[in-house]
Amino acid sequence: MSFYLVQFLSGLATAATLFLVSSGLTIVFGVTRIVNFAHGSFYMLGAYLGWTLVERWGGTPLGFWGAVAAASLAVGLLGALMEVGLLRRLYRSPELFQLLATFGVVLVMQDAASWIWGSEDLLGRRAPGLRGSVDILDQPFPLYDLVLIGLGPLVLGLLWLLFNRTRWGTLVRAATQDRDMASALGVDPARLFTGVLFLGSALAGLGGALQVPREAVNLHMDMAIVVEAFVVVVVGGMGSLTGAFVASLLIGQLQAFGILVFPQITLVLVFLFMAVVLVIRPYGLLGRAEDAPPTAASPGPPLIAAAGMARWVPALLLALLAAVPLVAGDYALIVLTEVVILALLAASLHLLIGLGGLVSFGHAAYFGLGAYGAALLVKHLAAPMPLALAAAPLLAGLGALAAGWFCVRRSGLYFAMLTLAFAQIVWSVTFQWYGFTGGDNGILGVWPPDWAAGKAAYYWLTLALAGGALLLLRRAAFAPFGYTLRAGRDSALRAESVGINVRRHQWLSFALAGSAAGLAGGLYAFAKGSVFPTLMAVPVSVDALVMVLMGGIQTLSGPVVGAALFHLLETEAMSRTDWWRLVLGAVILVLVLAFPKGVAGFVRDLWTRGRES
Amino acid sequence: MNRRHFLLAPGAAALAAALCVAAPSASHAQAESQPIHVGEINSYTGLPAFTIPYRQGWQLAVEEVNAAGGLLGGRKLEVVSRDDAGKPDDAVRVAQELLSNEKVELLAGTYFSHVGLAVADFAARNKLPFVAAEPLTDAITWTKGNRYTFRLRPSTYMQAAMLVEEAAKLPAKRWATVAPNYEYGQSAVQWFRQLLSEKRPDVEFVAEQWPAQGKLEAGPTVQALAAAKPDAIFNVTFGADLAKFVREGEGRGLFRNRTVVSLLTGEPEYLDPMKDEAPEGWIVTGYPQEQIDTPEHKAFREAYVKRFNEPPRQGSVVGYATFKAIAAAVEKAGSTDAEKVVDALSGLDLSSPFGPITFRALDHQATMGAYVGKTTVKNGQGVMTGWRYADGADYLPSDEAVRKMRPE
Repeated sequence: MSFYLVQFLSGLATAATLFLVSSGLTIVFGVTRIVNFAHGSFYMLGAYLGWTLVERWGGTPLGFWGAVAAASLAVGLLGALMEVGLLRRLYRSPELFQLLATFGVVLVMQDAASWIWGSEDLLGRRAPGLRGSVDILDQPFPLYDLVLIGLGPLVLGLLWLLFNRTRWGTLVRAATQDRDMASALGVDPARLFTGVLFLGSALAGLGGALQVPREAVNLHMDMAIVVEAFVVVVVGGMGSLTGAFVASLLIGQLQAFGILVFPQITLVLVFLFMAVVLVIRPYGLLGRAEDAPPTAASPGPPLIAAAGMARWVPALLLALLAAVPLVAGDYALIVLTEVVILALLAASLHLLIGLGGLVSFGHAAYFGLGAYGAALLVKHLAAPMPLALAAAPLLAGLGALAAGWFCVRRSGLYFAMLTLAFAQIVWSVTFQWYGFTGGDNGILGVWPPDWAAGKAAYYWLTLALAGGALLLLRRAAFAPFGYTLRAGRDSALRAESVGINVRRHQWLSFALAGSAAGLAGGLYAFAKGSVFPTLMAVPVSVDALVMVLMGGIQTLSGPVVGAALFHLLETEAMSRTDWWRLVLGAVILVLVLAFPKGVAGFVRDLWTRGRES
Repeated sequence: MNRRHFLLAPGAAALAAALCVAAPSASHAQAESQPIHVGEINSYTGLPAFTIPYRQGWQLAVEEVNAAGGLLGGRKLEVVSRDDAGKPDDAVRVAQELLSNEKVELLAGTYFSHVGLAVADFAARNKLPFVAAEPLTDAITWTKGNRYTFRLRPSTYMQAAMLVEEAAKLPAKRWATVAPNYEYGQSAVQWFRQLLSEKRPDVEFVAEQWPAQGKLEAGPTVQALAAAKPDAIFNVTFGADLAKFVREGEGRGLFRNRTVVSLLTGEPEYLDPMKDEAPEGWIVTGYPQEQIDTPEHKAFREAYVKRFNEPPRQGSVVGYATFKAIAAAVEKAGSTDAEKVVDALSGLDLSSPFGPITFRALDHQATMGAYVGKTTVKNGQGVMTGWRYADGADYLPSDEAVRKMRPE
């Protein structure tokens, strides 16, 4: 019995950290609607700053807690700085664009932390006065964890007071409910947002600084926490502090007791839980139904098919690309092969985001399913390449059909996180099913046959297949199917009322996008000769999203441009410097500030303006 | 109305792309005085704590080789090093870049097992010798071994076997295991269980924990292990997870009256960051660099400290020995021809900081060993005591068993 009590308390201590971080995220999201990827970086920064200050002052209880508070405030200031210097300039951009900006911040902060604090893990001092443990029913339990358990409800209480008993809190709640109305009544949203970013980041920093006595501060802390924080926010219901609190408690307990029953479940537990919650409850545990899905793409000017001369541009481009092997070497060809494949991946995601208004955080699942579909056929059935390539979109499409059925029943960030949950489930099955998928050691020897083995031959093959798929996607965008999809995006209610089954169209577009991504995955498998679960992991989903946003979501060419730009930048930076994340992040930030509508959107605007004048 | 241009931009991008990557690098004439190019790939941004000492190690080796007049009668050894971002698909692209643009004659490096396997497969496909430095997976030399791939470090199997030897001497009968939830952790636990049960049929395994790598929930995991009341614990976690596990385990009395047997924990990479909180009395594999006084190690340590002004780490030895092996192989082959270098590497004997080692012709595994001893804290630093050198050659399965595993 005493064991279960202590296990329960351990779960509570885990929950406390999780709550501190996710409460910040949910506040920021609730008010500003920004999907803040950099939140995990603020947590990591809080831990590093906390470590530095605790090493300096942490000998006494006052010094220790002062150091924690100072680290938290410093991180809060940095969050406010990010709002003033970066996000504020993007409020008129499509809503998702700020996500791209925060991703740039993530990359910059990773290298900055490594530059300032070095690469070695830093084990900080323990909290003075709280080093020991107390016996709870004969089981030793660390004192510090007891303090953390108390801190969770304390912070929740303080936040409640702040939001319900102060003028600032009331304004924030008003802005959460209706931003436009609040600003019409004379509340300056910019100042409010700065304050909210300060508060949210300070909470992340506090969570990080409080980890110093518990674990070694390291450079992987940002990624480890940010996804879980999003899970808590969504499970609790976006913008709901109490929801985040309840969700943290549940996840903490699930982790504490889940590993007793099934120790191998650690990889996927939180995502399984999120999937179940979202399937049962559309707005999380305590979230409210919203008037508009929050992260839907801003429609912008309608998409119109090219006419006249411009119609020949894709053909010209294709001819140009097809001629490249005449001048380029092997390496240039494999990079271009990758660009073409990634362009298809990005374009397939754009079908969802740009046309359907459905933002997926788990698109890598279908890319990976395609790659595995092809590789498994080669490995287990010794299938020839054409057959394996045909299987790729099929398996991915089936996977997307199954996951999509659940996902399209949710909207906005709930949709995004449900796609992420499915992607993580697929990833963990692939990762752990050693007998069938080879587990994390992957499948080797997936090389093309002799006739396609040459770099040029495989490049042409990729160009033909991916180019064909891109044309089909473009065709879909201008077919009645595409118009219907766009109608559903712009006004689901009106579309329904004229007799369109919006959900079914979204579902089909999800399957179509999934199978296109699957074809890309199949081509990628043969280009690399091996497949690994990393192909369906979160970073690939994020990369795909970044490519789409970088190019701009308002044009069909956007994702293609974005994929080329992102991939070439990354490969070039990687081969030149170890600080490539810093370079890539800085370029993204400059691009975001210079082209708030994406690169392709910018070019189009320029063209339009030129023609009008 | 605007209706045409959204397809112009990709044209420009593609053109830029073609120009940017198509520029062929200057072709290297294969003249006798030309340097010998070796391509090196590792996770410099993913795992800098391990890979930066490793890089310094190979830099030292390359400098020594070139200062001694280079190879094959005066050709310098030149290394082109790249980051793989910790991703196998990036590593394969980088390998292609090194092969096509830099015209490398050999590949070396990699840390993660899956990255190592991807590069090994690439090497076999392109008939390029590849000396895998760090990856520990058994598959790279056994079930997925190939003619062109060699591996320096003692594999998961070898390190587990070294610890089993010590574990079998303990009175402990009830064992619990904790390992990261991926192939490395799983095969370490699997070998440990199998080999220990063979030596000690009376032991039983009463609990297992599989935390996600980098995301160990220390409190619940420690508590769950303690609840099974094991006599001893086999630990495979490392890095930040290990520090968390040790702290929480001490706080909750998990290690009181229990022996812990732990993989890699004695390596300075993992022991140093824990400072005075390093665990006491754990039986570990590692590298007590400050205490090894064999002539070959002393020479290495002195040269390393002089060059980099810090003590070597396990990674430094791996980097150093990898490139010494490459130099020795090229010299033995008398040419940079891939097939000749592969033949030279098979059965290559050389002297490493750990003593003489051999790249076995049978499975291309080097017989480099590890140091087995106990941890303790001295002057506020974790160190190893009572250690001995376990020669890798003594901890490998029978030739016949290996032959059965390797594809022909």
